[in-house]
Amino acid sequence: MRHFDRDIEHLKELLLRMGAMVEDSINESIRALLERDTAVADRVIAADNAIDQMELEIDQHTIELIAKMQPAAIDLRFVAAAMKITPELERIADLAVDVCERATELNREPPLKPLIDIPQLARIAQDMVRQALDAFVRRDAVLARQVIARDDEVDILTERSFRELLTYMLEDSRNISRAIRLTFIGKYFERIADSATNICEMVVFLAEGKVIKHSNEGA
Amino acid sequence: MTVETRETRAARASASQDETPPGSTKIAVRDFNFYYGDHHVLHDITMEIPAKEVTAFIGPSGCGKSTFIRSINRMNDIIPGSRARGTLTLDEQDLYAPSIDVVALRRKVGMVFQKSNPFPKSVYENVAYGLRIGGVRDRRVLDELVEQSLQRAALWDEVKDRMGSSALALSGGQQQRLCIARALAVDPEVLLMDEPASALDPIATQKIEELIYELKSNYTIVIVTHNMQQAARVSDRTAFFMMGKLVEYDETNTIFMNPTEKLTEDYITGRFG
Repeated sequence: MRHFDRDIEHLKELLLRMGAMVEDSINESIRALLERDTAVADRVIAADNAIDQMELEIDQHTIELIAKMQPAAIDLRFVAAAMKITPELERIADLAVDVCERATELNREPPLKPLIDIPQLARIAQDMVRQALDAFVRRDAVLARQVIARDDEVDILTERSFRELLTYMLEDSRNISRAIRLTFIGKYFERIADSATNICEMVVFLAEGKVIKHSNEGA
Repeated sequence: MTVETRETRAARASASQDETPPGSTKIAVRDFNFYYGDHHVLHDITMEIPAKEVTAFIGPSGCGKSTFIRSINRMNDIIPGSRARGTLTLDEQDLYAPSIDVVALRRKVGMVFQKSNPFPKSVYENVAYGLRIGGVRDRRVLDELVEQSLQRAALWDEVKDRMGSSALALSGGQQQRLCIARALAVDPEVLLMDEPASALDPIATQKIEELIYELKSNYTIVIVTHNMQQAARVSDRTAFFMMGKLVEYDETNTIFMNPTEKLTEDYITGRFG
């Protein structure tokens, strides 16, 4: 094994550790929302700092790799992918924190309605992140493209949930603050799915050297 | 400066323009094979080298890249028992045709080697040497062309006050640029460089690389290098050779970001063997 391979392995481990932390945050944010558990929400918010530190550590490691090893071809694509994936993971964690903040606010009032679309949306977004990380580990462009294709599903659910919440707002103005908070939450999960899509675009670049971002392919 | 000198300069400048448009084929190679006696060193090389671009040859030691670059100005001819098969053309002229004047060819296709090899003469005489052989006698013309060549090789400012000193007193990097000036003096169209910076320190290397970058607007440059990053920095196209075969030839960006062949990838990422 080349010295460089060990550095690449280490970078991969760091990314996966960060990925696991981020997946945890998503899980727990969904639990905080569905079980109306503010203590869980607080834990997610508190855990975000460790994820931010992880981002800094990975950045540092990636820049050192470029400076010392001057990676080429697949190694270069791996390092470039790592640099693009890390901020996506950090953003996902921030969105999980946002979900928890809105959930905490909602927990201070009685529930507006039973949640149907949002939990489904949350599960898909969570799934997409998990599969995006799997695709990254396996350098699997096929799986990455499948994940990207699910983004349409997410858009439909977000829209549907928004329309439904709108009817609550129109019905009774006392519903507005809770309905808006739920709308935000729907939007946060949609953005988490978008970040998963971005990660998958980098996986395709990693595996095939092809840039599919801002193109029709895979979208 | 006299009026005559300026005229000479203008005449020379126009004469030194290779008319081939940048990017069009300057050197075409078809099924080219090369042998040292029974030893078959190049196998069916087919490629086109574009004008006024930098083409880098990379590959492990013994892969044939130096033999190939030397085939382009028939430097291998001096090795007994060597022979070529296939075609290698410069501006559509077959370089291995019996009618080829090898001396004229080497004026058109200059070469710079790994180890700088200035003549044990003055700086001035090193550059003027080829011109004198070419029949230039007029001192003013010689002065003009020597200065111009040294300017082009980015050496003039460093040596203009020591033109009479021995070339061997220059630093390694300066000697190498002197050899480039000497090659440029006879007005070539193609410049072959066989590891031109491998014996130089990083600063001298950087100067050579800058020079290559500047020269490519007027010359077609082919460079053999062991330094992968150098190939990535200076070249427009890269050819990867292994065991006498051309494995992959593409734009340098493609070779270094997303090569097609597994062998190329293994080589440039250092996963070889």
